Amino acid sequence: MNDNNKSITGYRIYFIVWICLLILTATTVAISNLKLGKYGALISLFIASIKASLILLFFMHLKYEGFLIKAMLLLTIMTIAIIVGLTFSDVWYRH
Amino acid sequence: MTTGDREKSFYETQGRHTGILSWVLSTDHKRIGILYLTAMFSFFFVAVILGVLMRLELIAPGRTIMSATTYNAIFTVHGVIMIFLFIIPGIPSGLGNFLLPLLIGARDVAFPRINLMSWWFYITGAIVILVSLFTGGGPPDTGWTFYVPYSIKTGTNVTLAVFGVFLLGISSTLTGINFVTTIHRLRAPGMKWFRMPLFVWSLYATGWVQILATPVLGLTLLLLMSERLFGFGLFDPAKGGDPLLFEHLFWIYSHPAVYIMILPAMGAVTEIIPVFARRTIFGYKAIAFSSLAIASAGYLVWGHHMFTSGMSDIARMVFSFLTFIVAIPSGIKVFNWVASLYKGSIELVSPLLFTISFIFLFSIGGLTGLVNGALATNIFVHGTYFIVAHFHYTMFGGTAFAFFAALHYWFPKITGRMYREALAKRAWVILFTGFNVLYFPMFILGLEGMPRRYYDYLPRFQTGHFISTIGSWILATGLAIMFYNLIRSIFKGEAAGSNPWGGTTLEWTTSSPPPRENFKEIPVVTGGPYRFGKD
Repeated sequence: MNDNNKSITGYRIYFIVWICLLILTATTVAISNLKLGKYGALISLFIASIKASLILLFFMHLKYEGFLIKAMLLLTIMTIAIIVGLTFSDVWYRH
Repeated sequence: MTTGDREKSFYETQGRHTGILSWVLSTDHKRIGILYLTAMFSFFFVAVILGVLMRLELIAPGRTIMSATTYNAIFTVHGVIMIFLFIIPGIPSGLGNFLLPLLIGARDVAFPRINLMSWWFYITGAIVILVSLFTGGGPPDTGWTFYVPYSIKTGTNVTLAVFGVFLLGISSTLTGINFVTTIHRLRAPGMKWFRMPLFVWSLYATGWVQILATPVLGLTLLLLMSERLFGFGLFDPAKGGDPLLFEHLFWIYSHPAVYIMILPAMGAVTEIIPVFARRTIFGYKAIAFSSLAIASAGYLVWGHHMFTSGMSDIARMVFSFLTFIVAIPSGIKVFNWVASLYKGSIELVSPLLFTISFIFLFSIGGLTGLVNGALATNIFVHGTYFIVAHFHYTMFGGTAFAFFAALHYWFPKITGRMYREALAKRAWVILFTGFNVLYFPMFILGLEGMPRRYYDYLPRFQTGHFISTIGSWILATGLAIMFYNLIRSIFKGEAAGSNPWGGTTLEWTTSSPPPRENFKEIPVVTGGPYRFGKD
């Protein structure tokens, strides 16, 4: 953890990230109206992952952390990605 | 701190509180480990009695001693207690808590207060489960897996029992976080990763499984509770839900959970083998990495519990293939244990006898796992006694036998006293015999088509059931003798000395029982953990 109280990044970065999150949310809503069937879930998950990454990197300061913290977080993300992926091997191909 | 030359043991150092409070409010990892062990073996005792009663009911077809409803409740409670209250906390929370800091040369775990909190979560969860048996609609009758839709529709007290298990999940996660942090941060100077005892490696791998898998159980159980209370329809096809989703979510946790149970057991026997073969372990790195490999591959195989549930064919093939992969690191361990014994000067004392029987029984359990993991044979044996035999061979023959081995091995360190070796050997013979008489006939019953969880059966299955029930009595006798020996020796055993086995890991360098802060001075580690003779 970074112990000093100074803000690592300026408010400008936070504002840009926030705008990106809003745009991505709007994209998710727009795509859900396209009726893409099962592909819709994939795209929504992809966009949700980008949003989560932005929040982790900037709002939660992961970008400025050491390797170990990043590696541990990556491990948890990989785990959930594999869990969701393997579940899809059932849902995707079920008759 | 000293009484003459001898340092006061942690039993004699009470801290802020006295009496029972010096235990239940203690942040000493050793006291917390003993709290876990005491609670777990009390629950184990209850579940063994339930198991013996189940077997007695099944000695003959038709009603013998209980009604079908009681039988359903008893096999559910037997499973819930054995899985969630005994074997999951089992080796990591009990022995792991006591031994981890001693093995790595630390004074305590990284978060002693969280450690105590995790015990309180455990005991509260256990109490909630016990309350669920006597309140509401009575004991749950779903089996320990709580499968929907039955678990949503049954009038028995599933919601409260599931909440109890939820609390146990929190306890397990906290222990995992504590152990991973402790191993990263508190190793003694000079103890590099590849100088850690292999039990520590297995606790490390287990810790990660606890951290990454247990929250999924919490989530699943919360969903189940909300289904029962509010009827959202997540698992109900009539409302657009998917009952298979529950099975996925449940096994995403519960399959890795079998590695929470077995990995520390594997770690414990890896400590025991070198000491009684007087040889360094064969293939240190292979064993260390196979723990991590089992922990990672263990995540990817949950679907093999669902081969006949209506999953897609692709998923069934993927999960079957992945299941076979887990056999590789498991095989690596077994071969390395056997290779470590090869040409050793073997001392056949009770911890090693339990260890060798662990390798034998676990191998049977593991190999029959491949029968279950292959799609074609799975359809044949799914939901039969073959499965019951398989998981008792892995969980009881595997984990519990390793637990007993570890209990005998570290008993002198924990209590400062020695048990009666001759009696321990006799208990082992009876236990090993009883175990095989009890469970081996179940393989045959399963192949003949006897379904699991049935209260009644056709007369042609009676011989197998009869033999199995006789086995349960032999097994229970073995357990009684073993626990008599251990409990008696806590009070009347001879003083053990600090290193009765000639072990070379750090816990044997301190006194038995250890002082409050484990070591007078934190040891400096200069070599690997197993240094015997020429090795």
